[in-house]
Order: sequence, then structure tokens, then C-alpha cells
Amino acid sequence: MGYPSPELVITAGRAQRHYWQDVWRYRELFYFLAWRDILVRYKQTAIGIVWALIRPFLTMVVFTVVFGRIAQLPSDGVPYPILVFAGMLPWQFFANALSECSNSLISNANLISKVYFPRLVVPTSAVIVSLVDFFISGFILLGLMVVYHFVPSWRILTLPFFIAIAFAAAMGTGLLLATLNVKYRDFRYVVPFILQFGLYISPVGFSSTVVPAQWRWLYSLNPMVGVIDGFRWAILGGDAQLYLPGFAISTGLVMVLLWFGIRYFRAYERSFADVI
Amino acid sequence: MTHPIITVDHLGKYYKLGRSPEKYQSLRDTLARQVRRMRRGLVGKRRTSPSLDEGFWALDDLSFSIQQGDRIGVIGRNGAGKSTLLKILSRITEPTTGEIRIRGRVASLLEVGTGFHPELTGRENIYLNGAVLGMGKAEIRRKFDEIVAFAEVERFLDTPVKRYSSGMYVRLAFSVAAHLEPEILVIDEVLAVGDAKFQQKCLGKMQSVSASGRTVMFVSHNMSAVANLCNRGIVLDRGRLLANTDCMEALNLYNSQIDQSVFTAEQNRDAPHIRQIELDQAALQAGHLKVRVRFHSPWPLDPPMIGIVVSNLYGTPLFGSNPNLHSVGFNPQKLSEGEAVMWLQDLPLHSGTYKLSVWLGDQHQNYDSRQDALTFEFMSPRFIPNMPSVDVIGPMHVPAEWSLVSHGR
Repeated sequence: MGYPSPELVITAGRAQRHYWQDVWRYRELFYFLAWRDILVRYKQTAIGIVWALIRPFLTMVVFTVVFGRIAQLPSDGVPYPILVFAGMLPWQFFANALSECSNSLISNANLISKVYFPRLVVPTSAVIVSLVDFFISGFILLGLMVVYHFVPSWRILTLPFFIAIAFAAAMGTGLLLATLNVKYRDFRYVVPFILQFGLYISPVGFSSTVVPAQWRWLYSLNPMVGVIDGFRWAILGGDAQLYLPGFAISTGLVMVLLWFGIRYFRAYERSFADVI
Repeated sequence: MTHPIITVDHLGKYYKLGRSPEKYQSLRDTLARQVRRMRRGLVGKRRTSPSLDEGFWALDDLSFSIQQGDRIGVIGRNGAGKSTLLKILSRITEPTTGEIRIRGRVASLLEVGTGFHPELTGRENIYLNGAVLGMGKAEIRRKFDEIVAFAEVERFLDTPVKRYSSGMYVRLAFSVAAHLEPEILVIDEVLAVGDAKFQQKCLGKMQSVSASGRTVMFVSHNMSAVANLCNRGIVLDRGRLLANTDCMEALNLYNSQIDQSVFTAEQNRDAPHIRQIELDQAALQAGHLKVRVRFHSPWPLDPPMIGIVVSNLYGTPLFGSNPNLHSVGFNPQKLSEGEAVMWLQDLPLHSGTYKLSVWLGDQHQNYDSRQDALTFEFMSPRFIPNMPSVDVIGPMHVPAEWSLVSHGR
């Protein structure tokens, strides 16, 4: 008897030859899980999606006052709110994505222990949700540009490239922490700490030009430095300079993180259902 | 002989203790263990304590094969490995040893409403759950009306499922899974919930699924559901395969395996108490109920009164008896130690799982009671083709008689 479906072999430590094929087959699940999270988040909230605007907006106001007015940090010739916001967009995306991603496996434990699908779908969807928020808060930036009569240059067209790097940074770190979180719930407490710390050591409230030139390379070991500098370079145009060696270091690190995150995730993925 | 659709070959699954689903490690514990291990290494004792790595085989060297179109009931006691087997088949967890070869798409329903989100509406959950189970958006849209009609939730499609009754919830969840159209449908104990009418409907759906040439694997503690649905049975016992055979044979084997025919209580010197309750399995298989109750009392009981109540799995009493109610043949006497035997010819029950409770007292008061002391599977020797479910007509088999009179011309 002929059979249309291929034979599936389940063995211990099976080399999942069809893994990426499976991920592709379940591609709609990425969308559905992200869609669920967004729907659920704004159900039973009075102002709904506006929350995605309020948080970054207020943070931007605070940073502008603290760093721009009180600390009088240089703004590279652009309105300080726009300088702050160009840095805050990627940072907030990274921060949200990382905390959602690292908790995603735990909060979907019931799915993982009861249904099969490529586990990679879960953390990826969490990052996609944050990406949606990112695009929503992008409208604030547009608003600021209108208010300050700020016209971006051609460089804004390179923005998708930097968004991709931000995505990779969030994925790599997120996968790593999500996997660790399944094994050791301690990481639930580590993530908020990383984010709090990261906000201050990343050039969010200020431009990275305030860092002395001889230390710029060291500063670039923080992968988010490259991402944020890239965003500023693309959005602010004009005088904003991209410190290329630093950017290369950051981007390289992001790629290593992503590669390692996926490998680590794949290695432990098979035992998630037993451990979670 | 056709090629089997599922071949299981020397399958084993090992679980480390302390790695059970509820417990997770904390980093602190792991670090502490590492430090301890290092210190032990320094002192020179290399061996780690074996208690840390102790585990058990949830499945042990399991081999069997399944033909296309079979409806297989997987039966066994709690902890026999049924759920582990289904989890491996559905690729949720991987085996430790051995392999499985499957030809076809497997859809598994290990829990009702996996992936349902209480805040989302019925409509939204159909899409979400369908996607989780492996359906594409287009496929779900195509089957949407059918799913809704089967679940009978048309009016509540835009209500969040947290406001659904549990019955509606289960209906919707089962309905999504039932419309998956996989080659192999794996179902774990999901019919325990939901009302009787819907259970019938689900069984009907599963029957039609297998009639169209697809394979169904079904785990249930509801033996009558297994008997109704399945044509083959796999009996597991502590991770090993006892039998892979015809369904009725498997059920009989399982029933004879259940070692719950004796209940022994702890000694008590101060008060009259029940010592032992014993259910005669041979009598039960012949369709009769024979229960021996041994008792002990510090003072003579005049006469000792034993009461027995049989209830269904949900605890509803079905009938009871004591020597006051049925005094024929009972010879009252003063006794402080002895045995009472209840004999009930032709147990008036349909096949199913029942529980037995026992009371001990005298004419005036009760001294001891053992609620649900024994659970037993009763396979009625009366075979009734196309019998409606026990959940619809009730568990009692009554000796009713029918006649038919023509009022035609």
C-alpha cells in the first residue's frame, strides 16, 4: 500500500533532520501565538493599545529632563527628545522582547507539556509581539519629528537593517535566558536586573559620544551600543557619526549570541517537556 | 498482511527522580551540588552518591505494532506508562531507548483545551487551538462552521471562554481536535469530562474517524467506553507490555490484573473494627458479587451487622444491603470475631467501574466504616449489542420485560 506521508522515526537523541522544515510547517503558529498575546494583553483594559504609547512617551520625557536639561549632556545638534527617543525605541524593544522571551517557555508550560510543535515558535513569537509594540511606539517618533520640524535624511532607509540586528540581539539573549529559566527558575529574577543595569550602561538617555574615544571599543562590547548607535545614525542623519569599529564589534557579538542562543536552545529543547 | 502504521521497537523511557514535572531545579541547588562534588573530589571520594541519580523506567522495553484503521484502547493502572507512551508518540518528550516508526500525521489530544486562553472568545480560541494542534489558517477557516456546529456553541462564539460552562468548554475543545483529520488520532482520558450526550457524540465521532481508515489510540479509565469504541487493546503494567490483543480479551486480562480484591485494615484493640474485605474475583467474572468481611471486636456484638453499599465511580450509591434488609439465611449470633459473607446472584449492573463501601455495627449503632474500600471493574457476562452508554441509561441492569401489541387494522 502506498502512503503519501513520509515515515516519521522517533528515537532517543534523534538528529532532527526535519527540524527547520517543521518550523516552516508551523509558520502560522508564530503569527497565532503573537496574535494571542497581543489580544490578551489589551483585553479588559480601558485604553487598550494606548498603553504601548504612554510608557515610552513618559520615559522619554523623564530622560529628556534628567539628561538634557539637568545634566546638560550634548545632543549632537538635534532636539534632545528625538535623540533620546531614537535610542529608546531599540532599547525598549530589546528590554520588552528579552523579558517576554525569557518567560515565554514557562508561561506556555501547559502547551509544551501537552502538544508537539517546534519549541522555537514560543520564544520567537514573544519577540514578535515586542516588535509590534516597537512599531506602535515608532509613531511617537513620527510625532516628535513633526513637532520639531525634523526631516530625516536618506539614512532612515537603512533602519530595517538595524531593526534586524536588534531583533537578533533580543532573540539570542532571549533564547539563552528562556532555556536557563526552564532549568533554573532563578533567572526569573536575573532578567529584570540585567535590564535595569543595561538601561544605564547603554546610551539610551545620552549619546555614546560622551564616552571618551579611547574607550569606545570597550563600550561597544555591550551589543546594544551598536544597535542604538545604528538607530541614531539612521534616524538623526546629519552630524550623527557611526563609530565603525565599535559597531562591528557589537554586531559581531550579536551574531555570536544568536548562534549560541539557538544552539543552546536546540540542545535542551528535547527535555523541556520533562523538566518544565 | 499490510505494513503496520505504527511500529514500536524496544521503547524505553527513563525518568530521573526529583526531575518529576512538578519539581524544577534551582540554580542554588545545582551550585551546592557542584561544590559538594568538588569537595568530595578533593577528599578523594570520586563516587557521587547514587541516591541523587536514582530513577525509574516509566516504559521498559516496549515493542508492538498497530495496523491502519485499528481503534486501540490503551489500558493499565495509574503509573503503568500509558500517558508516557502517548507523550512519546506525540513527540512531546523523547524516548530514552528504542524507536517508533510512524507513517502518517499524528494529532494528539492529551488534555482538553490545551492552548485555550480563557480571555479569548470561542471564535478566537478555535483559530488559536487549531494552529497549536497543527492546522493552517485556511484549513481552520474551511472547517470552522463544522467545528462550531459539532460543539453546539453557535450562540456563544463571541463570548470569552472563561464564561463558558465546563461542558461547553470541553465540547469546543474536543470539536477542534476531532476535525484535525490526522492519519492517527491519539486521545488521553478526555471524555471523563462533559455530559453524557456529548460523550456519546465524541465516541461516535471517533468511530467515524476510524471508519474512514484512520487509526485511533485511546486511553481511558472508563472501561465501557473502551469496550464500546475499541477493537484492539494494549495492556500496560509498570511500563511493560502485558498484551496487544483483541479488545475484550485485553479488558478481561486487565480486570484479572487489578489486585484490588482485598482490603486489609489496621488492627485496633479498643473498638469493633473491620479487619479485611475480600471480593471474590471468580464470582465477579461469572457475574455475581461475593464479598467476605472479617471483623473483630473487644466485646461480643449481638449480632454483628455488616452493611455493604455499591456506588458508581462518582460516588453515587447504587444499592446497599445488610442482614436487616435481606435476612433470609442469616443466623444471628453473638460474636466478637468472625466473617460475614454477602452473596448476590446476578449482579444487576452493566459493565463499568464500581466502588464498594462497608459498615460494621450492631443493632444499635455503627462502629466502623470503610468508604470506597474496594474499586472493581465489572464486565457483565450479558453482552448487549448497541447498548446505549451507561451514562445515559444508568448503571442498573433491571429485569424488565417488553411486549408489542399491534393496534393496526
